[in-house]
Amino acid sequence: MGSVPFALALVCVAAALFAVGRWLNISYAFFAAYVVVQYIVLGTAWNILGGYTGYVNFGITAFFALGAYSSVVLYKLVPSLPLPIMMVVGGIVAGLVGLGTGYLTLRLRGVFFSIATLALAVVVQTLITNWDFVGGARGAYVLRPRVAPLIGGDYIQYLFLLMLGLCVIALTTARAIEHSALGYGFAAIRDDEGAAEASGVPTLRLKLIATVLSGGFMGMAGAPLPYYVTYLDPSSGFSLNYAVNAIAMPLIGGTSSWLGPVVGAVLVGGLQEYIRVTISSAVNVLVAGVLLVVFVVLAPEGIVGLFRRRRR
Amino acid sequence: MTPLLQISGLGKRFGGFTALQAIDLDVQEGERLGLIGPNGSGKSTLVNCICGTLRHDLGSVRFGGKPLDGLAAHQRTRGGLARSFQLPRPFGTLSLAENLRIPILYAVNARGEGGLAGPAIDARCRDLLAEVGLADKAHRLPRDLTQIEMRKLELARAMAAQPKLLFADEVMAGLSHAEIDEIIALLFRLNGQGVTVIMIEHIMRAVMQFSQRLAVLVAGRKIADGKPADVVRDAEVVRAYLGE
Ligand SMILES: Nc1ncnc2c1ncn2[C@@H]1O[C@H](COP(=O)(O)OP(=O)(O)OP(=O)(O)O)[C@@H](O)[C@H]1O
Ligand SMILES: [Mg+2]
Repeated sequence: MGSVPFALALVCVAAALFAVGRWLNISYAFFAAYVVVQYIVLGTAWNILGGYTGYVNFGITAFFALGAYSSVVLYKLVPSLPLPIMMVVGGIVAGLVGLGTGYLTLRLRGVFFSIATLALAVVVQTLITNWDFVGGARGAYVLRPRVAPLIGGDYIQYLFLLMLGLCVIALTTARAIEHSALGYGFAAIRDDEGAAEASGVPTLRLKLIATVLSGGFMGMAGAPLPYYVTYLDPSSGFSLNYAVNAIAMPLIGGTSSWLGPVVGAVLVGGLQEYIRVTISSAVNVLVAGVLLVVFVVLAPEGIVGLFRRRRR
Repeated sequence: MTPLLQISGLGKRFGGFTALQAIDLDVQEGERLGLIGPNGSGKSTLVNCICGTLRHDLGSVRFGGKPLDGLAAHQRTRGGLARSFQLPRPFGTLSLAENLRIPILYAVNARGEGGLAGPAIDARCRDLLAEVGLADKAHRLPRDLTQIEMRKLELARAMAAQPKLLFADEVMAGLSHAEIDEIIALLFRLNGQGVTVIMIEHIMRAVMQFSQRLAVLVAGRKIADGKPADVVRDAEVVRAYLGE
């Protein structure tokens, strides 16, 4: 299947999901589904760098929160700015930061790169916590319009629709990469960077492309967050949840294809939501962590990998 | 005519250890050069320095008349240098055919003229695998190969980059008599198509049969360079190989 038919198929699935939601018309369903779709985007974004090129990024919250705080800044400057534009801006900001950190850190291999990204998350969090304009440690309030623009109904429906749209774009991008020269170049880097160079692969440039795409999608996923939570402070914007889930979900679902992060996010995100309602949200990280360990030990190729192997 | 490859005064150190010292070597276009020397004499290090996997410390390397200094390894490959790794370094998660696809996509197609697309790439991968006798394993992963088959894959991947100059770094180690003859014939064919070949090999039968010229490295220095028959009779070479 080409990229265009694939994107159209995704749009149909997304439209069907949204239609079912509208028909059910339960606010809670939209709130819960938003989180799952957001994690599909985050997991897909992480996977473009971590799964395809093998560079493990621990600094997810830096990119995600940059998107969220870009929206806070824009909200304070131009409150009437449409949210899709804020998402694009958040994506550009996070993508540029990805380019910068990539340029500084991508010469580091393996675990050293991961530690550098962890440091980035700490640096960005410290800067934002000390930036009064966006509320600093106190946090910032964002007034959410009661009614959704364009589509009417509850505003959460609008947020969900935007996240669905972003998800379609992210998945289409990820799948297009897999089937392109870029995807082969990424795989070569993941397998053996020196051999990739010797085969003509411009490794630094490809890694920068991956970092920009990955960071950009994380930023776009974070941009609607202030409107979702209405009160954003550093501890919620930089929550460990995002980092753990964005890594755990692709690894559980399988890192070798676009489908992995989807399966992982639906499964783990769904389970977390169920436990949050029945027990407590405090165990969210634990759920992802335990599943992650189980999969890394028993099925390192993830759920998608398990099915592939069976088919062979 | 300017030589295709001009190495002058090349030096390489690993910490306090001098791996290569004041190497001068010219290789003409279309030549078949054998490069021999005892274990640890610096043959692979020389390949690494020329192809950009390692940076040399002293001297200069010119390829096609242009200096290579400062060029990244991938730029040198695109410029027409290709090498096999002595210890095979296949792309482990890609099938054999996909392994060959990488240099086609990133070296051959990056040169602009004569790029391949779609089915032409698949056909080229199949042909190359057939040339080294791995056609029936095109869709297997490298981990299904023996060490010897991996050496053949290394050679095929280097050939896939369509180089002007090919380094074959011990691709024949462990092969049977008949297989060695096949690889020699393959390298002769490549050379017939205009590819300059530098063969690094411990199997003297192959080196003597293939090379028009022989260079000898001992402990990081070039101690002999000339007609193969003369070089192997050279007193210093004999001493280096057979001991005092
Ligand atoms: N990356 C490295 N770091 C430190 N020392 C190295 C490195 N690579 C090679 N050496 C050393 O440099 C010397 C030359 O090694 P090289 O691999 O070039 O020898 P060679 O002639 O290819 O030997 P062989 O015939 O066994 O392949 C050896 O003593 C080796 O231990
Ligand atoms: Mg060697």
